[in-house]
Amino acid sequence: MRVLHRTFIAAALVGASLATPRAAAPLKVVTTTEDLASLTREIGGDKVEVTAFAKGYQDPHHVDPKPSFIIATVRADLLIAVGRELEIGWLPPLVTQSRNAKIQPGASGYLDASLTVKILEIPTGQITRAMGDVHPSGNPHYWLDPGNGRRMAQAIQQKLGELDAANKAYFAQRYADFSTRLAAAEKKWDAMMAPYKGTKVVTYHRSWPNFMDRFGLDVMGYVEPKPGIPPSPSHTIDLITAMKAQGVKLIVMESYFDAKTPQKIATETGGKVVTLAPSVGGEKAATDYIQLFEYNVGTMAAALKQVTGK
Amino acid sequence: MARLRLCVGALFACVLLTGNAAPAFAQAATPTPTPSATPAATPTAQPPSQDPAKPEPAPTSGAPAQASKGFNPDISVIGNFVAVAGKNPMSTQPPFQMSEVEMSFQAVVDPYARADFFLAAGPGGIEIEEGFITFTTLPAGLLVKAGKMRAAFGKVNTLHTHGMPSVDRPLVTDNLVGGEEGISDAGFSVSKLIPVGTTFLEATGEVLRGSSEVFQTDDRSRLNYIGRLRGYRDITESTNIDLGASIAQGPTDLGIRFPDFTTDPLRLDRRLVGVDATFRYRPLRRAIYRRLQLRTELIWSRQDLPAGAQTTAFGFYGLGEYQFARRWYIGGRFDQSERSYDASLRDTGGSVFLTFWPSEFSQIRGQYRRTNYAEGKEANEFLFQINFAIGAHGAHVF
Repeated sequence: MRVLHRTFIAAALVGASLATPRAAAPLKVVTTTEDLASLTREIGGDKVEVTAFAKGYQDPHHVDPKPSFIIATVRADLLIAVGRELEIGWLPPLVTQSRNAKIQPGASGYLDASLTVKILEIPTGQITRAMGDVHPSGNPHYWLDPGNGRRMAQAIQQKLGELDAANKAYFAQRYADFSTRLAAAEKKWDAMMAPYKGTKVVTYHRSWPNFMDRFGLDVMGYVEPKPGIPPSPSHTIDLITAMKAQGVKLIVMESYFDAKTPQKIATETGGKVVTLAPSVGGEKAATDYIQLFEYNVGTMAAALKQVTGK
Repeated sequence: MARLRLCVGALFACVLLTGNAAPAFAQAATPTPTPSATPAATPTAQPPSQDPAKPEPAPTSGAPAQASKGFNPDISVIGNFVAVAGKNPMSTQPPFQMSEVEMSFQAVVDPYARADFFLAAGPGGIEIEEGFITFTTLPAGLLVKAGKMRAAFGKVNTLHTHGMPSVDRPLVTDNLVGGEEGISDAGFSVSKLIPVGTTFLEATGEVLRGSSEVFQTDDRSRLNYIGRLRGYRDITESTNIDLGASIAQGPTDLGIRFPDFTTDPLRLDRRLVGVDATFRYRPLRRAIYRRLQLRTELIWSRQDLPAGAQTTAFGFYGLGEYQFARRWYIGGRFDQSERSYDASLRDTGGSVFLTFWPSEFSQIRGQYRRTNYAEGKEANEFLFQINFAIGAHGAHVF
């Protein structure tokens, strides 16, 4: 019994020593996407070490939960996810295998970045998979609205401040600076997109509602017949007919999709395919969150100018 | 034994006392504000705030509240329908069969653990395919599972039927590792990560009861021990290599009756040693269209025979699968295996298979299989399979 008692005390001491937070060392943050990583770097500066899983040129729905990612999760102080079931097919096994209590869902080191942002397309009524790969809690591509980027940055700032109280003021200052730079850039982007308000466009996947909503464009159809279902000949014909009837000339896609069908639609309708960066790193020029929009707004405005003549 | 008990006690004490538990309680005290409280009443028309310090409140956010269902586990049901045509004198497989309906229930138990249940209903009745608790927050990088589970022996043994790239399992699995059911048993599993730089190393030790397709005994003290070491490394962002070595040792007391052997009870062990290698290629920019996987598993079995004799059997398979379009996969497999109780009997075979995935939730597969059995009998078969899933979106371990 005494031996058991002693073992218990020893275990308690080991436990206590493990619970003591490391001081001064930068917070180790893992993020599921490069957008989250970029925002975390904006706020965390040199007080954080950030690793992102999915590359910006990769479809974030379909990522392999590689063991090399597990290595990064083991020592992470914070895991930031896009949420809204974007990562449902690959994040849960990584979190379980991390053996890291800090980043389990519900723990202080798990941040779902979607909780304080503007979410579109939250389904109402009965949903079934006959609708394709629908996300029951709304469209997860919300980071493509700079307003949401600011909200995400603020949530990250709060979380970093909570985990590293000594640097709270530093994070707050960096957030304010980022927010100011973003606001200035937004003004410019709004001006660039203003002439095209109300223009109808087609997108490949439902990745762009927040982007289009933010810049006043109207998505009239999708190359995919249903989310996650590849283009079918009959749907493509219907789409071409509708685009011709409504004079829609622009098809927006991500580089990770096959351009064959969009090109065919563009040829048939006399329109244009434009490839935008869905995430930071999605195109070479999209090096951080602000540059992502610099690239996308610039590319989009140029393409709209070409097809609308404005 | 007393020492083992002490260790287990210490382990659990550690779990309870690590500060990691604290945030969970802290959270209960200061609940995270649910942004859904910012309702549709604050309309979207609100002008975007230009004050950089204050982002405008998100007009539509938060998930629809489903308080009553909030704690329900993720439930899914996967059906596996298999049809077979052609000649196989060694098989009694029916022409059509709803060979398995797998029901899974998965959820987080509390801040310290998660639970995974897989019930399999088939022509033989319903059984617990797996049902275990995983302690996810243990110190020292440990992951402990307790319950009934598929043993960490090689690759194929850990896969559920719907996770296989072919309709069937390799011959070596049928002959030496218990076929479809495999080594699946009640017990404990402990695994530890030992990352070396960018190489992922994982060591797993398991102790199971000894009542699976491979290992059986009615003696409580004769257990089944399993050990596995897995190494994984990214070669580039698109290619990786995954290597493993496994060992399983346990009783096969009830495995086979030797009529001429009179001493009762039989105490016969089997030792399995396996080596597996997987190479994967998936170009990230084309990840939804292209994928290649090459895999081999080599397995040696040393089976005790009555009167102190032993027989050592060897078997392996080599498998390749290539995704050539968004919804299409083609693959092939070469099989060879001796039999566990008589290594002089060697079966060989080969298969080609083609899989179409209408969506992430269903797959339709055709397979041509040719088998040459040791008895000199030959089988030529065409297998057809539909796998279909409803319910929660599953996520599989890589």
